[in-house]
Amino acid sequence: MKHLLRSVQAFVACASLLAIPCAFAQAAPAPADPPLNIHAIVMFVVFVAITLGITYWAAKRTKTAADFYAAGRGITGLQNGMAIAGDYMSAASFLGIAALVYMNGFYGLIYSVGWLVGWPIILFLIAERLRNLGKFTYADVASFRLRQGPVRTMAAIGSLIVVIWYLIGQAVGAGQLLHTLVPQISYQVSIVIVGALIIIYVTFGGMKATTWVQIIKAGLLLGGATLMALGVMMHEGFSFEKLFADAVAAHPKHLAIMQSVVPIGAKANPIESISLGLTLMFGTAGLPHILMRFFTVTDAKAARKSVLYGTCFIGYFYILTFIIGFGAIVLVANNPDYVADLSKSVLALKGGGSMPAVYLSHALGGDFFLGFIAAVAFATILAVVSGLTLAGASALSHDIYANVIKKGKSTEAEEVWVSKLCVIGLGIIAILLGIAFEKQNVAYIVALTFSIAACSNFPILVLSVFWRGLTTRGALWGGYTGIFGSIGLLIIGPTVWTKVMGMGPAIFPYDFPTFFVLPTVLIVAYIASVTDKSASGQDERNAFEAQEIRSETGLGAEVGASH
Amino acid sequence: MSNLSASRILNNPNYRKLIKQRDTLAWTLSACVLVLYFGFVLMVAFAPEVLTSPISDTSVIPVGMLVGVGVIICSIILTGIYVTQANGKFDPMIEAIMKDAAK
Repeated sequence: MKHLLRSVQAFVACASLLAIPCAFAQAAPAPADPPLNIHAIVMFVVFVAITLGITYWAAKRTKTAADFYAAGRGITGLQNGMAIAGDYMSAASFLGIAALVYMNGFYGLIYSVGWLVGWPIILFLIAERLRNLGKFTYADVASFRLRQGPVRTMAAIGSLIVVIWYLIGQAVGAGQLLHTLVPQISYQVSIVIVGALIIIYVTFGGMKATTWVQIIKAGLLLGGATLMALGVMMHEGFSFEKLFADAVAAHPKHLAIMQSVVPIGAKANPIESISLGLTLMFGTAGLPHILMRFFTVTDAKAARKSVLYGTCFIGYFYILTFIIGFGAIVLVANNPDYVADLSKSVLALKGGGSMPAVYLSHALGGDFFLGFIAAVAFATILAVVSGLTLAGASALSHDIYANVIKKGKSTEAEEVWVSKLCVIGLGIIAILLGIAFEKQNVAYIVALTFSIAACSNFPILVLSVFWRGLTTRGALWGGYTGIFGSIGLLIIGPTVWTKVMGMGPAIFPYDFPTFFVLPTVLIVAYIASVTDKSASGQDERNAFEAQEIRSETGLGAEVGASH
Repeated sequence: MSNLSASRILNNPNYRKLIKQRDTLAWTLSACVLVLYFGFVLMVAFAPEVLTSPISDTSVIPVGMLVGVGVIICSIILTGIYVTQANGKFDPMIEAIMKDAAK
């Protein structure tokens, strides 16, 4: 034990050295020598050791591009279901939804529901067709019968924007979490540790390592959340009535937490509510790291099953986070051990907005359980960041490098090599942006990425698969309208314009632009396609039949590994 | 994909039947999810008092909580329905079509 502790301290010291170049970000105030959180560190080190072992195992089995991007297409439905849940149950949903519920009560459930209902849509419309048509990225599918260069470029830009925003959110969460739990490690060093680990996982182990990290993490997270929800219910005598009544009594806004369908204190805004709903639902179906998971399974049938398993895990998990959020109102709010300054607010916690779930574990099971949940949360961030980084790298290497720049003439080995360089690049970008975005709310950033996914990736993918009439021109105009429309309205919206840039009242009054952008994208794609009289446009419409045979029957699809 | 097997598939009446049946199921189920979810969202937007009223006089639990959890559970059930149908009905159809095309 002593030896281990010493190696941990040595590890921390080494990591601090790595962080010196990042010292431009503001230094965190040094707390008055708090005790080292041994439980969290030991469990975290065990997780890292196991996952590095898996990475070593996976690295020896990763030889081809299909191994690197798609785990050799040998993942089963159940495994992929777990990995999907692992990819999707990010720290933002675990810590973020629990925190939303903790602050706003019932309102948090609106997010959970919205984040779940995208999954049936993915199953009914996308999953099997994606597996049948694609190779490594969703751009393979969007550009299947269209002009490769421009359509892939557009799809890759959409992917990269989503991936980078999502990465920022995850990195910030990781930094805050680790720094709060182990104050000896600064925010910047925490992010550097995350960045370094994911670069190792992904460059060496590719999708195989990433998938198994996801599976283990999903198991840990589901187990940990189950224990927490059980602990809360045990404390409340297994009565939901008592849980909610106690929460109403403990929360400073009392019954308002059951009666507000907007964040507490905000004005009801129907358009914003609808726009949020659209964003959460269709954004899920446009996340590149989620769509990429369907290329790892053996066939369309496994893709289908994996969504069913994934949806069950995710639905179960969201119900747990809801219980956890309410449990935190009862057990964490008003508690001087966790609240930053009781005289100012009984809700605001030490260590920031995403801590309710973490402190709840301490209230339920002391230092040991806190250590476990903290390690699980950290594992979650590592796993999600790995998946994101691989998705971003595949957009750069498979779409941009191999198919746009080299026009499909690069070798597999070159492509994988470029991909690994991109992983390192994205890892470094994540570290730098994570440090730059320290003070942002994690859950918010995730919501913004969903807007872009819902307005560009999702509609173009669905149109390309289902609508014979879509041509390259329609896909490009529609796709870019989605990308630039979302970004433009986000910039002049309340979050960025007013809160981030401090430019006064927002020009566009809504946080979520999907309500306006998604219909515009569909209209633009439609008009640009039907007015496209070019011969190439006609060829693209004629190619729909062959695409449909492959998409519906799997004839000619990438072959999966046999078991 | 060889052109021969593609044209055999296109000429197979069961192929059109497969696409029609599967697309009908997929879009019907999607519509169900959309109706369920946007029913919930529109209530949030335009009739929040329905969702926020307590389930009984003695309870603090709002109706919307049950509706929300209900939407989650229904979504999972609809996913299950699709998978059962696809496994039991569409997979054998595809298999027969492929066998015919390979003849």
